[in-house]
Parts: sequence; C-alpha cells; structure tokens
Amino acid sequence: MSELKNLKGRKVLVHDMALRDGMHAKREQISTAQMIAVATALDDAGVPLIQVAHGGGLGGNSLQHGFALHSNEEYWDAVIPKMKQAKVSALLIPGLGTMKELQSAYDHGVRSVHVATHCTEADTSPQHIAYARKLGMDTTGFLMMAHLNDAKGLAAQGKLMESYGAQTIYITDSAGYMLPNDVIERVRELRAVLKPETEIGFHGHHNLGMGIANSIAAIEEGASRIDASVGGLGAGAGNTPLEVFVAVCDRMGIETGCDLFKLMDLTQDIIFPMMDHIVRVDRASLTLGFAGVYSTFLLHAERLSKKYGIPSRDILVELGRKKMIGGQEDMIEDTALTMAKERGLLKDQAA
Amino acid sequence: MSKIKCAIIGPGNIGTDLIYKLRRSAVLEPVWMVGIDPTSEGLVRARDMGLKTTDKGVDGLLPHVLADGVQIAFDATSAYVHKSNSDKLNALGVLMVDLTPAAIGGLCVPPVNLQQHAEAQAMNVNMISCAGQATIPIVHAVSRIQSVGYAEIIASTASKSIGPGTRANLDEFTYTTSNAIQKIGGAKKGKALIIVNPAEPPMIMRNTIYCLTDEMPDEPRIRESILQIIGEVQRYVPGYRLVNGPVFDGKKVGVWMEVEGLGDYLPKYAGNLDIMTAAATRTAEMFAEEILAGRYHLRPVAVKEAA
Repeated sequence: MSELKNLKGRKVLVHDMALRDGMHAKREQISTAQMIAVATALDDAGVPLIQVAHGGGLGGNSLQHGFALHSNEEYWDAVIPKMKQAKVSALLIPGLGTMKELQSAYDHGVRSVHVATHCTEADTSPQHIAYARKLGMDTTGFLMMAHLNDAKGLAAQGKLMESYGAQTIYITDSAGYMLPNDVIERVRELRAVLKPETEIGFHGHHNLGMGIANSIAAIEEGASRIDASVGGLGAGAGNTPLEVFVAVCDRMGIETGCDLFKLMDLTQDIIFPMMDHIVRVDRASLTLGFAGVYSTFLLHAERLSKKYGIPSRDILVELGRKKMIGGQEDMIEDTALTMAKERGLLKDQAA
Repeated sequence: MSKIKCAIIGPGNIGTDLIYKLRRSAVLEPVWMVGIDPTSEGLVRARDMGLKTTDKGVDGLLPHVLADGVQIAFDATSAYVHKSNSDKLNALGVLMVDLTPAAIGGLCVPPVNLQQHAEAQAMNVNMISCAGQATIPIVHAVSRIQSVGYAEIIASTASKSIGPGTRANLDEFTYTTSNAIQKIGGAKKGKALIIVNPAEPPMIMRNTIYCLTDEMPDEPRIRESILQIIGEVQRYVPGYRLVNGPVFDGKKVGVWMEVEGLGDYLPKYAGNLDIMTAAATRTAEMFAEEILAGRYHLRPVAVKEAA
C-alpha cells in the first residue's frame, strides 16, 4: 500500500449506529430510557447524526427480525424532542419497509434515511429514494454486503441510486469482510462516476478488526461520511467503534466535531453495562468476517445452534456457501433443520 | 371439444410463459398477444408460436374481440394500466384474469377460493402476487383449523426472475400480498417480506410461512391440513414442495417451502413466475369449464367513469 495521505483538516460527518445496528446485538430489547440516555449523551458529545430504529429499520418488527420492546414511533417520540443539535435518522430496506412507514418516520421527526438494498439490487429502491427526497430528507443509498460486488459493478449500482435522488452513496460492509484495499478500489470507482456533489460514505463492521482502518482508507479516497457505533454496539463483532474512530481522527487531524472524552465516558458508563454479551471479535463473529456472512445472522445462528445441536460456525459457513443475503434470517432455521436432518439429529420430522 | 379463446396482454416473461401453459390446456387456447412496442421480442416470439399480435395496446385488440371470439384475457402488464385494460375488455364481455398487483377484482388463490369466484360470476379476478400464490394456501391451511392472529411470509426470489416492473414498484407487491394474507389467508394481521437474491447459479424460489395461532396449535390437525393443501397446489404446480416443517414453537407454526417451475419459457428456478402463470391458467380453466357447460354467462360490463 502507498504511504498514507495527509488528512489533516479533512471534515467527516459521523453517523452513530448504536441505537439501530446495536438493536441487533440487544435482540431488539433496548428500553426507551436507555435510548434517551445514549442519544442525549451522543447529542451532548456533538455527534451530528444518530440512527434510531429497530435493527431491521422501518417495518422491522416481525417474526423474521424480532419484535422490539417498542414501536419505532415510540422510540422516536422519546428521543427526538430531547435532541439539541443532532438529527435522527432511520433505515429503510425495500421489501421490508415501505413508503407508508417512511412517511410516519418523517411525521415523527426523522430527517435522514439510509435506503438500503443488496449491493446488486439498487433498482428495488427508486420509489423509496424519490419519496424520501420529496419529504426533504437527507437521503442515502446504502449498498449492503458490498464485498459481493466488484468495484465497477458497485459504482454502477451507486450511480443508479444517485439517479433516483440519493445524495450520498454508502459502501456497506455488512459482513465485516472487506480489507482496506477492497474499500479503496470501491470508493475510487464510485468517485469516478458520481457527480462531484454526491457524497460517499462507509459503514463498517469489526468482524476482522478492520473497522477503523477501513474507514480511514475510505476517507483517504474521498469518503466524507462514516457510520460508527459508540462502544461498538452493533451486529456481529459490532460496528466501527465510534470513540476509537474519533480518537484516531483526532490524532490524524481529521475533523469530526465530536468530543472524544464524552464518547469514552458514554461507552464505559452506559454502553458496556447495557451489553448482554461482550460485542467483540470471537469465534462466531470472526467466522462472519472470514466467510463473508451477514453480521445480523450471528445471534440467530447461536440460538438455533442450541436448538438443533449444530455448531453455529457450521451453520454460518453453510449460509455463506449458499450465498444467503441480508433479510434471509428465515433461512438460518431452514439450514439448521436441513443440517440436523442430514446428521440424523431430527427424529420427528414431517418432510 | 371446443376451447375458450384467450388474449394475453403484455409480451414479457409472464405473458410468454402463459402461452406455454395455455397451449397445454384442454379448455383454453391462446389466440392474441397484445404489446405496445413494435420492436418487442415478445411479440415476435408470440407470432412465431402462432398467435395474432398487435403493438397498439388493448385498443389494437378491441376490434377483433368479437370476430375472433376472445372470451378470457390475461393482463400481465402493470398495476397502473390494468384498470383501463380491464374496463375496455369487460365492456365487450371479456373476463379478465389480472396478474398485476392492481387488485381491482376479487383476489384469487385457486385451492382456497376459486370456486367462490366462479359462483359469483366475477368478470375480473386478481392473482395477487407470486408470493401470495406460494404462501396463502399454507396460511389458509392453518387458519381453517384454528384462528391465526398474525401471519408473516418471507419470499426469497432469484434476482434474474424479478423484472423491472416489480423492482420499480416493490411497495405495491408488499401491500397487495399483506392484504391478501388477511383477506384470503384468513389471518387477522398479515405481513409480507420479499428478498431478491443475486446468487449464481440462481436460487430456486423459497418461501417461509410463520403463523401465530391465538391458542396453542393443534399439531396433528395443522400438519395434516398443510400436507393436504400442498397436494392441492401440486395439481397445477408440481414443483411446490415442503422443505422443512411444520415446526411448532409455542404458538408459532413455521413452514419452509420451495417452488420449482416447470421450465417452460422461464428457467426452473423462477418458480415465482411459474406459480403465477400456473395459478392464472388454473383459474381460467375453471371459468372455461363453467362457460363451456353453460353455467357461466359472460356479460358486457358498462365502464364506470371515475368520479
């Protein structure tokens, strides 16, 4: 790799994911009091954008993705009135969320949205991106599992989303699989095709421990928005940990506008005590990163591993082999059932 | 035996696959294919298969309806033009089978409620969506045993099988399917999720159906009911198969299905398209049998002007 560029003075907009991606790590069980505590602390630390929603975003409450303690509307109504400077955002995955829910998000004060598709299916998002723009929302095209499309292919998908009205295109490393060079070539290719005013963002997962390095690599190539999660609270081994990212930015002279010490305190005093398990690189989350599997599958695979007696690593590797993508959580139990049948672990099976 | 003559509107994947299905039918005969683009490959294909074609839309078909004896039309275009197509053909007494998500007519899932539509002498029936055809029979199989408070379905489809119309209007698919899970499936609340998966080789259509019963599920009766209805669907979609389940987890009933197509015009993985064309054909055959038996009276329907 070439020598690191001098990034002093570069401005980056950080977007916290703990209260959306972090919902996955909490099995959607974050209380409104916890939401308020985290969001107000993030607001006070100067974080400009905070995502608040079910882990699956709009329409996420389901048997497929779990039912949260509260509706998205209840979470927004609790958090948004307390924000002094931060804007609240949401996630919309077409096929799960709809424009009706987007309208409701707007009505409850949400002003920014990630409209997310698999990295090859951008053309399932035109009506949602257009609708978000019509509402006047800050609108992002969010290309998930970005390692499964090459740089040129991903750039073409980003260009489609830009044509629907997206103002920022995100490279979303949902599996935490990418290495800095993977990020660099994708940002470079996007930058080459997008309009100069269209921003580029990077959303990392820490499954290979590359969240920070990948985010810095993205900034080097011209990305100006970075998703991170305070305390790393997120799916898999968590998102790029926000406080670590801000510390690195401070050292490099990249301007985030965030108060590092306040974020450290929030991490230590509120986020860590909230965690049901230590969100870190461990056997299962490393498997996700190594095999390129959607990070959200982790806790589902661990639950079904116990139910059917199949090691979660075996389930995750098989899901990777079958090329399952985000949203196919139902296929985890299907895969576990089929593996249990093959291994003679299921007795009472109709089919 | 004489056959009922049919027109197909929309020479895309669905419309072309319908030609194969209709030609195999003992009571239906495809005679017209309607398109709007003179350079469309689909119109060329239809001509090669012996159909008359027009590139002037439904207006190009209307002058020939009576002379050619067209009695049933299939609309495989889009929700936005369906009402106009349906009004024009209904006015000439042509029965409309709607494969778009427009859902202006009664919703039809053959093993659940086809007979009722025939008895009601409907002039427009809607086939809901591929996911609806693939999952509502299972929801119905549970709800006819005991009440279902909530049903959720997840349809996973191969990227290559999802055309530009569906992609550009994904919400209509979601709304129409969710609504039909309630109205036809019998669940008090319904939710539909769709996944478009680009894996190569393309994945066979998969559907997962979850039902939450109000009381603890009667496992043996629900299992029997599900297996029975799968057999019903297999009569017109032989590749409709149970992969796993039913799994009972408290009040949750989980069923994992796959749908392999016949591989007529569309490859076998595109079970989602096949189940639509097969269900539409099955529906039209039922009407055709009734018409041929003199029990179904097609009648011109005056076009109601929009307010």
